[in-house]
This record gives sequence, structure tokens and C-alpha cells, in this order.
Amino acid sequence: MKILVCISHVPDTTSKINFTENNSKFDKNGVQFIINPNDEFGLTRAIWFKEKNNASVDVINVGLQETEPTLRKALAIGADKAIRINIEPTDSSVVAKSISDYISDNNYDLIIAGRESIDYNGGMVPGMISALTKINFIDKCIDLNISENSVLASREIDGGMENISTSLPLIIGGQKGLVEENDLKIPNMRGIMMARKKELLVLDPGDYTDTLKTDNFEKPEPKGEVTLVSPDEVEKLIELLNNEAKAI
Amino acid sequence: MGILIFAETYKGEFKKDSYELASYAYEIASEKGSSVTAICFNAVNPESLSNYGVNKIINCSNEELKDFDVTIYSDCISETFALENSNILILSSSSNSKYLGGVLAIKLNAGYATNVISKPSFSNGLSLRRNTFTNKAFENVNILTENSIIGLSKNSFGLKEKNVKSEIEDKKFDIGSAANKVTSIEKMSSKVTIADADIVVSGGRGLKGPENWNLIEDLAEVLGAATACSKPVSDLGWRPHSEHVGQTGKPVSSNLYIAIGISGAIQHLAGVNSSKTKVVINTDPDAPFFKAADYGIVGDAFDVVPKLIQKLKDFKSTNN
Ligand SMILES: Cc1cc2nc3c(=O)[nH]c(=O)nc-3n(C[C@H](O)[C@H](O)[C@H](O)COP(=O)(O)OP(=O)(O)OC[C@H]3O[C@@H](n4cnc5c(N)ncnc54)[C@H](O)[C@@H]3O)c2cc1C
Ligand SMILES: Nc1ncnc2c1ncn2[C@@H]1O[C@H](COP(=O)(O)O)[C@@H](O)[C@H]1O
Repeated sequence: MKILVCISHVPDTTSKINFTENNSKFDKNGVQFIINPNDEFGLTRAIWFKEKNNASVDVINVGLQETEPTLRKALAIGADKAIRINIEPTDSSVVAKSISDYISDNNYDLIIAGRESIDYNGGMVPGMISALTKINFIDKCIDLNISENSVLASREIDGGMENISTSLPLIIGGQKGLVEENDLKIPNMRGIMMARKKELLVLDPGDYTDTLKTDNFEKPEPKGEVTLVSPDEVEKLIELLNNEAKAI
Repeated sequence: MGILIFAETYKGEFKKDSYELASYAYEIASEKGSSVTAICFNAVNPESLSNYGVNKIINCSNEELKDFDVTIYSDCISETFALENSNILILSSSSNSKYLGGVLAIKLNAGYATNVISKPSFSNGLSLRRNTFTNKAFENVNILTENSIIGLSKNSFGLKEKNVKSEIEDKKFDIGSAANKVTSIEKMSSKVTIADADIVVSGGRGLKGPENWNLIEDLAEVLGAATACSKPVSDLGWRPHSEHVGQTGKPVSSNLYIAIGISGAIQHLAGVNSSKTKVVINTDPDAPFFKAADYGIVGDAFDVVPKLIQKLKDFKSTNN
């Protein structure tokens, strides 16, 4: 089984978000980058398939050279090979088309992406890849089991979950649940050493036009002071929620 | 210009989101002198959309369409989009609509903006304001393609009634077979879901253990609210993963979010910040959540919450 994991390179969850160039670009200065958490769950599940089903695991990122440490980290966790498509990922459809081209040339059985990236929160790349490659798609996938002749998956729906039987090739939008939090792998010394020798292939992008353009970013207005209510006067909170906030 | 909305149903009834999409679409259409068409699947009361400004309602009523399937639904929607000469499709932010969005963007050759919180401005193509960086910032974005898909963030526009005359078309589609077969659905009791809830009551590690969750559940029940929790609470197995909210969990954009025994870490706040009104109950006056909240009580949850439940019951009985 050949697996491709799509890795989005995102600011650490504690990062302060600032913008530069007239608020048209995210300011990367001093920001620590990580593997998108949804992708980390998917990558860990992929490594599990490698250990249990003898799968091969490639990771792919559409991004500039600055994302290579993130790809190296994925290699250190246990992926076999990394691919980077050398273009700044400003438009989800360009990302999806670039990855789809690579998939069409390289035949994967399973493509694992995340439900969404925690930076731009597009939530659209896996669906786009599925439509471009005509591969079955399960979004918000929270469980995935593959054996010789069956693929069983679960997907989160609003207020519950759905169990699905499907077939390979398959693409998922993954998230927490694919593996437990405790199973997430931290690269060890040996993994890091081995990662240095693994292949990191850099490819030129195809020629695609953007569908969206960012005009600018804005930060929310600072919030006003909290209104405190004494613990002995909870009825006052009810009154405020009813009359002032009109929330109950 | 033609606007199509996908009006989602649950057990045949429209979800509240669908009326919000209709209200939003009506306002755009009336500014542009165009009209709103809705597509829905097996709706039992399709005519109710005419109370929110929809002029034409296409109800797809094949038995095979009862269960959601991303390929089949996206085929029906894209076929309708073309037949109705639409150029804007509006989707909600439900799980199923988000599932469809990326697929439809390719099928319709459309630029797709998600988490949208404003009406479009047409002064320079089609521009929209959206939440990004998990509510830590806004992005003003321009759609460059002829067709557009707008993924509207829940509760960002509200409901506006507008009675119009509408035409209902009962439609049957030729449907292929689904690649993904749903073998079973596990719904969590009859509780309100985080995605649909107007009010969410959320508990953190300050509640000490799963045995104390009756506080959260009882408060949620009086308010008709959904229950949620912080990440460590679901990691510890006190509550199911599906209740984990925040940057790496579910986003919450309810009208009211009540956080009990939650410190307000940046990753938690990011995911719940777009809720309209936020309340915090915490023993520690320096807990960061007090900086993000509208109302707060510095106090012990085990003391405050039972009192709050009682007073809310009194309030509800005199106000209903
Ligand atoms: C990559 C990453 C992603 C993350 N994503 C998320 C996410 O999506 N969502 C999320 O929630 N967290 C997330 N976190 C974790 C986050 O950083 C915090 O650790 C977490 O939100 C803290 O949860 P908590 O507030 O329940 O617990 P704590 O921080 O332990 O806070 C407990 C609070 O309860 C109060 N308290 C104690 N006793 C009482 C009492 N009797 N009555 C009232 N109050 C009381 C305390 O004063 C304290 O403020 C993430 C972390 C990382 C590293
Ligand atoms: N630049 C990228 N390179 C590789 N994969 C990506 C990239 N951007 C997004 N993805 C994948 O698509 C998922 C959803 O991203 P998005 O649609 O941007 O929210 C992510 O979790 C990744 O798996």
C-alpha cells in the first residue's frame, strides 16, 4: 500500500498573529512553525499502517524552502520520502491542483490530508483533490481501518458519527481521533539522523491561475472589560444575559 | 446574476442555518435586482423557505437521496447550478456543507471562500470578509473567478423574515451508485449538537473529574444548550472527543458560550472567540478567560453552578 500524507506547515498554536507589507501578508518573523495538528494525526496513522501493513509513506508539501524543516520532522517521525512543490501556497486550489498532478503521476492507494489547516482555515484542499483526481473522499475522518479486502472508516457528523465502508484509492480529511493524542510521535535522535539521509524531492509547480486574492488582513478590535458579577448574586448574571446581551 | 443556496435538512426539516442562508441570499439578491433559488433534498416543508425570501425551491425527492453522499449531492447541486444559470452558490458551515465545498469548487470552477462573515461587496469583483487564523484575524478576500462559492459562518448574519411568492419544483435526479456506503449512524442521544446550538456550556479541568459533569449537563439542560469541553478534558477521557472545542477541536460560534473551570488558553479561546457573548466562571481572577469574556463570576463552580441552575429554573418558569 502506498500512502501520501499532505502536510501543511503552520504557525505554532501559541503564535501571536501579525501582518506585514500593508497588512497583506502574514508576518513570519519570530514565528515557530509546526506540522498542522490535523496532519500530525494523519501522519501518525500512516506510520501505523507502515508498521502493521507494510505500507510506504510519502509526505508532500506545497511551499517554499522554508517548509523543509517541517518535512524533515515528518521524515524523522517515520515517513520514507518527502516531496516539496516549490511555490508559495497562497491559493487552496493551486495547492490542490499541484498535489493532484503529483498523485496522478505516482498512483497512491491512500491520500491523507487534514480536515483543515489551522492557519488560513480553508478546509477545502482534500475535497478539491478528490474532485480533481476522482478518488473517493471521506471528510472529518476519525477512524480508518484497512485490510486485504475492506476499508472501514468513520466520519464525524454534527452530533454523532457515521460508519462507512468504502474502497481504495481513497482520500481523507483527517483529524483527532484517527489516533489517540498519546500515540502522537515525537522524533527521536535516531529518527532525526535517519531523516537527514532520506530523499526530499523538490519539484517545480505547474502553471495555475489563482481563484482568490487576499486584499488585506485585519486584527480584531481589543475587547472591552469583562463585567463581573458576585458569586452571591447569580440572578444578576441571568438579568444581564436576558436584558443586556439578549442571549437567553 | 443568479444565487443558489443549499438548504440543508435534518429528518426532512430545514436546519436553522438554512433560513440564515436564505436571509443572507435574499439581501444580496435584492441589492443586485436578482432572485434566490434553493436546492434541498427530501424536504417535508419546502414552502417554509418562502418566508425567508427564496423565490424558487427545488426539492430533490428521490428515496436514494435520503442519506448524504458527497459525490451524489455535489452532482445534483452542480447540475442545478448550471440549469438555473447561477453564479453564486451559498453554503453553510455544517459538516456536510464543508464536506461538499471543496468538491463543488472544482466542479463549478469557482473560487470558494469559507468562514465568511460579511455580505459580498461588488465594487471590485466580489469581495468578502472572513475569519482566519482560527478567529485571531480577519481576511478581506477577492474572488477572481466568474463563479463563486460563499461558505457562510454560522450566526454571522442572523434570520430575517421576508415573505415572498415562491415556486416549488419537485425534482428527480438520475443517480449513480455511491462509492462510500454508510453502514450505520451513531447519533448522540437526542441532545443539542455543538454545531447547531445557540448556547454552549463548556467544562474544563477545573471540574476535577467526569463524576462532576452533571453540573455542566444540568445547566445545559435548563438552557437548551449543547455541552462541550476543553482539550485536556477529552484527552483524559472524561468526555468524548466530539466535545473538544478550540483551535484543534470543534469551532464554536454560538450566541452564548459559558466556560466553567476553563483557564482560557490561547488555543481554547481561538476556537470559541467568534461566539457572540462569553461568560466565564472560574476561581482564579487572573485566569486569561476573564480578558476574553463579556461576563464573569470569580467563584467556585461547585458553589456557583448549582445556584445558577436553580435561579435559571425560576427565571424560566416565570418567563415562559
Ligand atoms: C498544539 C496544541 C493544541 C491545543 N488545542 C487546544 C484546543 O483546541 N482546545 C483547548 O481547550 N485546548 C487546547 N490546547 C490546550 C491548552 O493549551 C490548555 O492546556 C487547555 O485549554 C487547558 O484546559 P483547561 O482550561 O480545562 O485546564 P486548566 O488550564 O488546568 O485550567 C483549569 C481552570 O479551572 C479553574 N478552576 C479550578 N478549580 C475550579 C473550581 N472549583 N471552580 C471554577 N474554576 C476552577 C482554574 O483556576 C483554571 O483556570 C492545545 C494545546 C496545544 C499544545
Ligand atoms: N501547502 C500545502 N501543502 C501540502 N498540503 C496542504 C497544504 N495546504 C493544505 N494542505 C492539506 O490540506 C489540508 C486542509 O487544508 P486547508 O484546505 O488549507 O484548510 C491540510 O490539513 C493539509 O493536509
